[in-house]
Parts: sequence; structure tokens; C-alpha cells
Amino acid sequence: MTGTLLVGIYVFVLAMFVGFEVITKVPPTLHTPLMSGANAISGISIVGALVVAGSGHSQLLTVLGVIAVVMATINVVGGFLVTDRMLRMFRRDREGEEGS
Amino acid sequence: MNPDLFIWLAYLLSAVLFIVGLTRLSSPETARTGNAIAALGMLLAIVATLMDRAIIDFTWIVVGLLAGSAAGLVMARTVKMTSMPQMVAVFNGFGGAASGLVAASQYLARGSTAAPLHMDLGISIMVGTLIGGVTFSGSLVAFGKLQGLVTERAATYPLQKTFNFLLAAAAITASVYLILSPLDARGYLALAVLALILGVLVVIPIGGADMPVVVALLNSYSGLAASAAGFVLSNNALIISGALVGASGLILTNIMCRAMNRSLANVLFGAFGGGTPAVAAGAAGGERVANPIDAEDCAMILGYARSVVFVPGYGLAVAQAQHRLRELADLLKARGVEVKYAIHPVAGRMPGHMNVLLAEANVPYPELYEIEDINPELPNTDVAVVVGANDVVNPAARDDPDSPIAGMPIVEVDRARHCVILKRSLSPGFAGIDNELFYLPNTRMFFGSAEKSLADLVHEVKAL
Repeated sequence: MTGTLLVGIYVFVLAMFVGFEVITKVPPTLHTPLMSGANAISGISIVGALVVAGSGHSQLLTVLGVIAVVMATINVVGGFLVTDRMLRMFRRDREGEEGS
Repeated sequence: MNPDLFIWLAYLLSAVLFIVGLTRLSSPETARTGNAIAALGMLLAIVATLMDRAIIDFTWIVVGLLAGSAAGLVMARTVKMTSMPQMVAVFNGFGGAASGLVAASQYLARGSTAAPLHMDLGISIMVGTLIGGVTFSGSLVAFGKLQGLVTERAATYPLQKTFNFLLAAAAITASVYLILSPLDARGYLALAVLALILGVLVVIPIGGADMPVVVALLNSYSGLAASAAGFVLSNNALIISGALVGASGLILTNIMCRAMNRSLANVLFGAFGGGTPAVAAGAAGGERVANPIDAEDCAMILGYARSVVFVPGYGLAVAQAQHRLRELADLLKARGVEVKYAIHPVAGRMPGHMNVLLAEANVPYPELYEIEDINPELPNTDVAVVVGANDVVNPAARDDPDSPIAGMPIVEVDRARHCVILKRSLSPGFAGIDNELFYLPNTRMFFGSAEKSLADLVHEVKAL
């Protein structure tokens, strides 16, 4: 087992704990936006997809990379936008009546 | 400055922004900026990646980014709030697929060199492929079920568990083999196909009522897939982000399971709602009579009450009657009635779904209460109105240890002074369990569709 993998596991475990701490504090009323927002964050694999799509290894890899980029982008853009759309609807009182 | 160093620092900052963004989801007041902060983190990560010197051609990247953005934008703008679970399922699937493809590309990039994969990289690639594949196909099946394209019922067949287990074992064996002798891509392709089949078979047997759990679980998987891709690329930003999402999905899965008083294993393998629980219908026989009520009398009870608690269920959302309900609540509030909403965690089709649906209908969120907060108040509540909910208010869950839903937390509407149930008929709910609540002396049944009944009530309350 190399040092990189070990560090990766350290980071993973610690980040899990941070995640548990942070997410436990999210109230149930926001659980749907939490899911769609977290979902958008999981689109971070776009970072890897971009490099695959752009490094010109082979035609096959470029195709796979572009497919991954498209999917991850839908995940990221759609996820953050729909979360925002939902969160905009949460109101403390009824003053803004525009509603969608 | 060394561009690589800059990129890594940017990734670190992205991870921090994700955590800060999620922290701000702790309150509806700050949640919107939290989401924006997380989005900023993502933008930063993308921009930093584009500076990577390994990228030599931007044409296809730009095409992919534009196509994905356009599709994401349209989906996010047009999706109905009732369809949010399907939408999240699809996004989960895409996220998982992207992570899986990243892992796959790292395998394929090696060409067909006969040398064994380095153990670390090999494990990461195989794990990434498996989780990514399962997440993708599983999410698509979940989407199909939620959208009504695939049967919502739990599809079961003989030896299902054994078969799935064998399939999983085969996938793991194939992974180990591929790490030791990664000869040609066909073996790897077989592994990927195996993962996809596994995803389908794992989700297919799960019934419609359990979909909230599955969507939450797939959410977690999509995060773990991203983490696995992070291990493949030795990229800590991916590992951290994936772990955050993985943790979030696990917490939500756990909350949903507790809300149904079932273990995750029972949800995944129990095939609940597939007609398995043979319910002894009506132990007391035909002597029980439900008391019906009409719109006029019901409006009277509501209009002259001091406090009313609405208990919305998914039936309300299906009928798209949230707006009517809010209209009725407004009229009651104008008459000085104190109005609250009791939200059971499984009231919708995903965690927190009902809250979003009511928020869309302009119900202020401070009026929404969780079960543990509303139950102590119900004995002092004049009227509890159940709209389109059934199992989540069934007292049998609390009183009858033999009930299939025994131990499931419920909204104790039977403890309110009066209870009105808006329902089409006396038929049982999702779980197929008879509800004794309908026959209690302080319960009144208001038969009819939710939309029509609420419209009638609005009309009658106005006439008071």
C-alpha cells in the first residue's frame, strides 16, 4: 500500500466524519434540497472527466470522456439550479406572493 | 507559481466551499447562499482543471460542457416539484456514470499491457467501476419506477437473493482477476456489464413505498462513486466531495428507515408492498361502522375550532391539491384558527418532499412540524385533518405489536379531539393494512377526491 492511497483513506474517513457532523444539522424540512444539492456536489467527477476528454489519448477515451463530461455537467448544473429553485420557495411568512 | 500547485490549492478551496455551503443548509434562511457557495466551489474546481497541462484539446470539452449545461438548465427549470424524486434519481445516475467512466478511462488508458495493475490503482478502478455502474443502472430503474414506466410493485422471482449474491460474487471475482492479470479490455467490459445488471436487479425488487429509501441510498452511492474516482486519480478534492455526499446519503437513508421502523436490509431484501404481508383484514368483522361527514358539517367543525392540524400525505400531492389546502388554511387563519401542518418523514416520495411541495404552495415553513414536535400538541388540538395519508396515521403502528407496521412512528391524530379524514374510500394504503382509525368514535370520514373535497370545504368555510 503506497503513501498516496493511505493519505487518500485518511482524507476519506475524516471527510466522512465532517459530512456526518454537518449533515446531521440540516433540518428535515430541507432534506430534499440537501439531496439535490449534495447530488450536484457529487458531480465533482467532472474534474476527472474533463482531463480524460481533453488529453487526446485515443478516440475511444475521448468519446468516453465527453460522455462523462456531459453527464457530470447535467448533474452539476441541473443539481445546483434545481436546488436554488426549491430553496427560493421556502418562506418564513407570506409577504412575497409571487410563487411559481 | 507552479501551475500544479495552483490547481491543488484551488481544489482545496473548492472542498472547503462545499463544506461551508452544506453547513449553511442548517437553516432555510441561509440555505440559498449555501447552495450558491457550493456552486462557486464547483466552478472553481472546473476552472482550475481546465488549466491542467494534460489537456491539449478543448473542442470536445467545450461541446460537452455546453450540451450538459443546456440539458441541466432545461431539466432544472421545467421539472415539476412532484417529479423531484425522479429528477434526483436521474442526476444520481448521471453522477455515478460519470465517476464510473472516469475509472474506466484510467483502465483503458493503460492499453493492453500485460503487466499487472498496480494494486492500489487496480482496487480503486474496480471499486469505481462497480459503484458507478450500480449507481447508474439502479438510478435509471428507480427513475422508471417513480415515473411509472416500470412496475411500482416489488418485482420478485424465486432465488432472487441467491442470484444477486452470486452476481455480486462474480463481479468481485472478476475484479480481483482483472487486477492480477489485466490482459484485455473484454474482461473489464464484462465487469462493467455485470455492475450494470447488478444495479437493475438490486432496485427492481423494491416496492413503490420504499422508494424514498432507495433514492437516498443511491444518493449516497453517487457520492461514493465520486470518492472512488478520486482514489483512481489520487485527487483529494474528489475524495472529500464524494465522502460528504456519501455521508449525507447514508444519514438520509437511516432517517427514512427509522421513519418506517425498518432496517435497511429489510427494505432492500424484504420486498415490502409486493403483496407478501398477508393482512388479516378487519379482525372485528363487519360490525365496525365509519362515520361519514359532509362538507357543511366539516366546515363548521373547522371554522369554529381553535386549533387545526393538517396531516398531508402523498395523496395530496398526487391530486395537486396543496394549493387548495393552503387556501383553506388561509381562510381558517383569517377566522383566528391556529393552523399547523404535521409532516411525517415518509409523507412524500423522497426525504423532505412534502415540505417542498407545501413551500411551493406558499405555506410558510415555520408552520410545518415534525412528528416529535406535533404529537405532544395533538391531545390539545381541536381538529386533526388527514389529507391523502393513511399508514402514517394508523394507530395500529403504536398499539398493535403484530401489525406489519408495528413500531413505525405515526402522527397521533387519534389523540386529537376530532379527526377528519379526507379519503376516496375506506381502502387500505400502500402497505395494504386496514386502519382502525377510520372507525374510532371521534373520527369522521369525508369521502371524495382531495381536490374536490378541499374545494368544497373552502366554499363552505367562506359561507360560514
